[in-house]
Amino acid sequence: MPTATYAGTDVTVNDEGFFEDPTQWTEAMAPELAAGEGIDTLTDRHWEVIRFMRSEYDAKGTGPTVRILGKTSGVPVKELYQLFPKGPAKQAAKVAGIPKPRGCI
Amino acid sequence: MPQRLVILGGGTGGTIMANRLRKHYGADELTITVVDRDDTHVYQPGLLFVPFGHVHVGDIVRPRHRQLHHHIDFREDEVSAVDIEAQTVSLAGGDTLDYDVLVIATGARLLPDETEGLTDAGWMERIFTFYTPEGAAALAEALARFDGGRVVVNVVDLPIKCPVAPLEFSFLADAYFTERGIRDKVELTYVTPLDGAFTKPVASATLSSMLGDKGIELVTEFNTGSVDGDGGRIVSWDEREVPFDLLVTIPLHGGAEYVGRSPGLGDELDFVPADEHTLQSKAKPNIFVIGDASNLPASKAGSVTHFEGEVLTENVRRFLAGEELDGSYDGHANCFIETGFGKALLIDFNYETEPLPGHFPAKVGMPLLKNSRLNHLGKLMFESVYWHALLPGRDVPGIAAAMPTSGKEHPDDDAPDAATDA
Ligand SMILES: Cc1cc2nc3c(=O)[nH]c(=O)nc-3n(C[C@H](O)[C@H](O)[C@H](O)COP(=O)(O)OP(=O)(O)OC[C@H]3O[C@@H](n4cnc5c(N)ncnc54)[C@H](O)[C@@H]3O)c2cc1C
Repeated sequence: MPTATYAGTDVTVNDEGFFEDPTQWTEAMAPELAAGEGIDTLTDRHWEVIRFMRSEYDAKGTGPTVRILGKTSGVPVKELYQLFPKGPAKQAAKVAGIPKPRGCI
Repeated sequence: MPQRLVILGGGTGGTIMANRLRKHYGADELTITVVDRDDTHVYQPGLLFVPFGHVHVGDIVRPRHRQLHHHIDFREDEVSAVDIEAQTVSLAGGDTLDYDVLVIATGARLLPDETEGLTDAGWMERIFTFYTPEGAAALAEALARFDGGRVVVNVVDLPIKCPVAPLEFSFLADAYFTERGIRDKVELTYVTPLDGAFTKPVASATLSSMLGDKGIELVTEFNTGSVDGDGGRIVSWDEREVPFDLLVTIPLHGGAEYVGRSPGLGDELDFVPADEHTLQSKAKPNIFVIGDASNLPASKAGSVTHFEGEVLTENVRRFLAGEELDGSYDGHANCFIETGFGKALLIDFNYETEPLPGHFPAKVGMPLLKNSRLNHLGKLMFESVYWHALLPGRDVPGIAAAMPTSGKEHPDDDAPDAATDA
């Protein structure tokens, strides 16, 4: 399993860079993770989504899809794409330090 | 006093459950009531063939009540809500049903209105879905008139019923235009939110290369944000565009509306959360879920519904007897994939094992993940199996709930390359 270093701490990630163990994540790591996704500044709206991702993961054991994010996070899908242009579900999961959302079948 | 079983939905899952449980209990032990909003049972896999004129809608529908055994009470009414505390179901007609055990089998609902523009300009004129009988019939007429241009098949988002059906449609469209002698005048494009043709890697590689071989362009990771019927284009949330002359859409799916009106029953999309192995709902121990209505990470497919039915029959029995539930449902799915020109692939998988090459159900059998005429005949034969064995609740020989493993070639045991094998 590969490791990566964020905010000076080693963490375990999968091949695509998603956290394997969300408890290793701290808020201090988010800006670096975001930069890796091409997101230079994390605004309050980004943080709203990141915290929502964390709480959804805690409650359900998987990150939400874009459709569910749009319905429940309080941030409309259009804006989610402005915040995380390469796909909100995946990019926000990565920045929030949770595993890649389980694909649908 | 007999105990009271109420089944919501008289489609594939509801009919299977009612018939299987009726055989198990005398009428003095258990009353069974099935509620459905209409009396028209559609063999949904047949919808795939309607647009190409191979099948007419009238050929694939039968009265629902006729599929139910004696001593099953059929109620034609709309479910308007479930009160999980009071253990009652209210119907739009005004009646209330009390239950001891409830089985939810109301399937998935299409939500074309949730995509901006999809049902505005051009809907049912140059934009169709074959997921409904009306849509499939209208598309048949549109295809018959079509003499060239861009045909786009678009899956808006998952989950959808029968995730292979849009691919099958694309393969059959390629064959259809070829047989009409106009294939060179038609540009066929398959647009999906996934990163490949299918969700699971081995099958995805096989199916992606089949699209390529048939000259069908594959556009991946396209999350449709809106549809512009006048301009003839679909636009993704990240502002990519795919132009079309004829759009075949697979709209967003959700669970039944009443689920959202029943506190504590469903999730954000109105699907009903349930245990992956026992099919008991998370809402209450006396509520069970079968088929497309659940939020299980299994395909929304008739084969899944059928396999679930075996486990769920046993679990309703155990629940009524106060015994521990059987946790043996493994996510087993089994789908034929029509590929055109009288051939089909067969895939067989479950929660743990992705679709692999090999043979079904054992080393000698139907070829898996490989194009063959035998598989196509299997698909055609399935309609008769559906009406005469599956719905009545007979065991289908050779097809059991647990996924067979003996005929499968695992990637690490020297399997032939699926993509080149096809
Ligand atoms: C085009 C197409 C092709 C397919 N091809 C295949 C295939 O090749 N192989 C395969 O295995 N599967 C296939 N499927 C999927 C398969 O048809 C479904 O997965 C299966 O029918 C699910 O059964 P179900 O009982 O969950 O839902 P359904 O059979 O859809 O039954 C749900 C029932 O609930 C009723 N209902 C819903 N809401 C209410 C309400 N509020 N009040 C009263 N009644 C209500 C509906 O009228 C309906 O009768 C296909 C589906 C489609 C659309």
